[in-house]
Amino acid sequence: MEMDDVVMEETPGTNAGEGSGVEVAFRSVTKRFPPHIIANDRVSFEIERGTVHALLGENGAGKSTLMNILYGLLQPDEGEILVRGRSVTIPSPQKAIALGIGMVHQHFKLIPTHTVAENIILGLPSVPFFFPAKREIRHIVELSERYGLRVDPRARVWQLSAGEKQKMEILKALYRRANILILDEPTSVLTPQEVEELFTTLRAMKGEGKTCIFITHKLNEVMAVADRVTVMRYGKVKATLRPSETSSQELAQMMVGKKVIAVVPRRYTSREMVLRLENVWVMGDRDFPALLDVSLTVSQGEIVGVAGVAGNGQRELAEIVTGLRKVKQGRLFLGEKEITHLTPREIASLGVAYIPEERHLGLVGSMSVAENLIFRTYDRPPFSQGFLVDWGKVEAHTERLISDYHIYPPFPALPVKLLSGGNRQRVLLARELERNPRLVIASNPTAGLDVAGVEAIHELLLKAQEKGAGILLISGDLDELLKLANRIVVLFRGGIIGEREREQWTEDDRRDIGLMMGGVKR
Amino acid sequence: MLYRISPLVAYTVFFRGAFGSWYAISETLKRTIPLLLVGSGLALAFRAQVLNIGAEGQILFGAVAATWVALFLSPPAGVTLLVMFLLGFLAGAGWALIPAFLKTRFAVNEVLSSLMLNYVAFNVVLYLIAGPWKGKSVRGFTYTDTFPESAWLGTLGMTKVPYFTLFSGIVVAILGYYFLKKTAWGFELRIVGNSPDTARLLGISEERVIFLTMMLSGGLAGFAGVGEVAGIHHLLRHPSHISLGYGYTAIIVAWLARANPLATLLTAFLLGALISGGDALRVSLGIPFQVVSVFNGLILFFLIATERFGHYRVSVRRKVKG
Repeated sequence: MEMDDVVMEETPGTNAGEGSGVEVAFRSVTKRFPPHIIANDRVSFEIERGTVHALLGENGAGKSTLMNILYGLLQPDEGEILVRGRSVTIPSPQKAIALGIGMVHQHFKLIPTHTVAENIILGLPSVPFFFPAKREIRHIVELSERYGLRVDPRARVWQLSAGEKQKMEILKALYRRANILILDEPTSVLTPQEVEELFTTLRAMKGEGKTCIFITHKLNEVMAVADRVTVMRYGKVKATLRPSETSSQELAQMMVGKKVIAVVPRRYTSREMVLRLENVWVMGDRDFPALLDVSLTVSQGEIVGVAGVAGNGQRELAEIVTGLRKVKQGRLFLGEKEITHLTPREIASLGVAYIPEERHLGLVGSMSVAENLIFRTYDRPPFSQGFLVDWGKVEAHTERLISDYHIYPPFPALPVKLLSGGNRQRVLLARELERNPRLVIASNPTAGLDVAGVEAIHELLLKAQEKGAGILLISGDLDELLKLANRIVVLFRGGIIGEREREQWTEDDRRDIGLMMGGVKR
Repeated sequence: MLYRISPLVAYTVFFRGAFGSWYAISETLKRTIPLLLVGSGLALAFRAQVLNIGAEGQILFGAVAATWVALFLSPPAGVTLLVMFLLGFLAGAGWALIPAFLKTRFAVNEVLSSLMLNYVAFNVVLYLIAGPWKGKSVRGFTYTDTFPESAWLGTLGMTKVPYFTLFSGIVVAILGYYFLKKTAWGFELRIVGNSPDTARLLGISEERVIFLTMMLSGGLAGFAGVGEVAGIHHLLRHPSHISLGYGYTAIIVAWLARANPLATLLTAFLLGALISGGDALRVSLGIPFQVVSVFNGLILFFLIATERFGHYRVSVRRKVKG
């Protein structure tokens, strides 16, 4: 299908400067990250001038890599890139800007204490040395009106919301006369209203003949704003087509793919509730609600998977259950006990284990394996009767855990930072699961691990389940959830958009969950 | 060379002044004591990433509290020293509580707040010795009356080394080490110092660690201040005579010891030798004390600048040809 597209459109695209044609073309672009990863595998497709082109795919599909190549941040190993029909090499972002390519990153690169105008003109050679911002403000205001990007150029950046910062980044690119604008997951930090405003801007830019490339994994956004969409999976282009010629379902299928699900059916018999969230509201770091009216339960011996694209409230969910973030409204219960206002330490001592997403937070790299293993228990028997820590007992405990959890190399005094990622994760799980917790909160526990590491962690989680722990498994990896979970809830923009419970997951479930992750209700 | 003195002679004098005789060693020990007390306290604070730069002021407040006890409170002679050390510790700890409070409550950087309080303490002492506490028998000089003998610390033999504070310093350095290694609080302190974010995730109170380390380091500085006035001066005098910059030098003591209290036993002695060797240069060669200070400063500078190289191993490799 992809090849058809290329062949069909090659003819009008090769000559530059015609009314409508190909703005950017990728020809067999390959990028490897040694030793094992092929981030882009012979990627070929074309982007038409004056269109909004969506790049759709799961985390790790290679979308950002490809765009970083176009913006000059990475160099391709093979293949060529054509901009307006001419083959180009782009060694640096400076060159990309000279070619009229602008990029708005997922994480903004701004100077918070400077004004909007100062940030926009920063680094341009044409800017006068004294009072640089003054003269340019008029030009900035004119640009912002033309594209509906309302930001006060005199405001300081730290005062801006995420949405305003993004508008500023777009202005910055436009100010540098960008004809091609790359937006890396622009909606992940925006409120629904801001998303609408962004779409208005994109349409205005399209009207001026500018080209927008829009990285996303949200299906409804593709359907709403894109003229064409390229679906990527595992570094390869699956298809390039018009949204009007396809459906959300078909796109979801292409994005997620068909895989044989290794199902290990597991039943849990108890219906005793371990965790209950009642109409919980939580504010995110950016001062809009990260969780809106979420109700959720986890039973004894049940693995509840939380699916969703990163940034839809997963982090906040983990943080409120562990007491690290304050709940704005609603209540949390652990069994019958209300834990809404308890401290992290109190909640942990009630039997809640936490495998945080940021692995460096769970462990202290410069401290030893033995020390890391008693982070939860150093101040209580048997290791301590109050004031002194009994290192003899710690040593024995460490050696037992090292052998039980197969931590390698088996040296209690070794600083944790010298262990491999998988072994570090084993240390963390050993510490957290050793206490026989009632509830386990695991956030992407296998991210970045190799196959053996993933298997080991999965086994440990299943063993905890067997012992009766309720497990809230938050994961961006749908396969992981389908392998382990008894029930899956899907978080989208801070709410639970859907829920499925199965003894056996099917291909339809995968498609439906993929759709819900993209914001489509099923 | 500037003074037509051979550098070799100068170094000889310097080393003789620091280690050359029993007297020289006693002079070095005299300087070592406050550095050891303050330095091991600061080692604890630095290990928790609490940067207490205010030890100088905390020393002075300890000295002020001791003077008040000796001259004005006049407790029974048998307990005078005990009360002096107790209140001196509390005064130093109390003075250190201010930056601790500002840091925990308003996130004020403790480096700045504790440093600024040094100047306040300095001028409080100046005010006291020139104003309300000015001695009746000292005429034009600005210092207080001499303490009653019940407030004097005993010294080792004929030297001027007060044995109580020397002994305390050694004990404190060893206890500090065991505190970090063996106690639950010391363990928490190390977690907070290594990774405040992990500590937060584990629910360890960073606030408690800040208060604890500030009070311990401030209290030990106050204790050292008591030792200086009760053991050496026997009165309260100009602040730069009470503390020869010990509060600042102790920062280097703790830092060179890599925030290990046990290692301050060594580093405090080395920097004590640096001070007493400098004194010898001044006295026997007539080099102005400013020049000696520059000299000392340069030695410290090079010590610190090259400390980094201690992390590397020298290895000789044959050049590969081709």
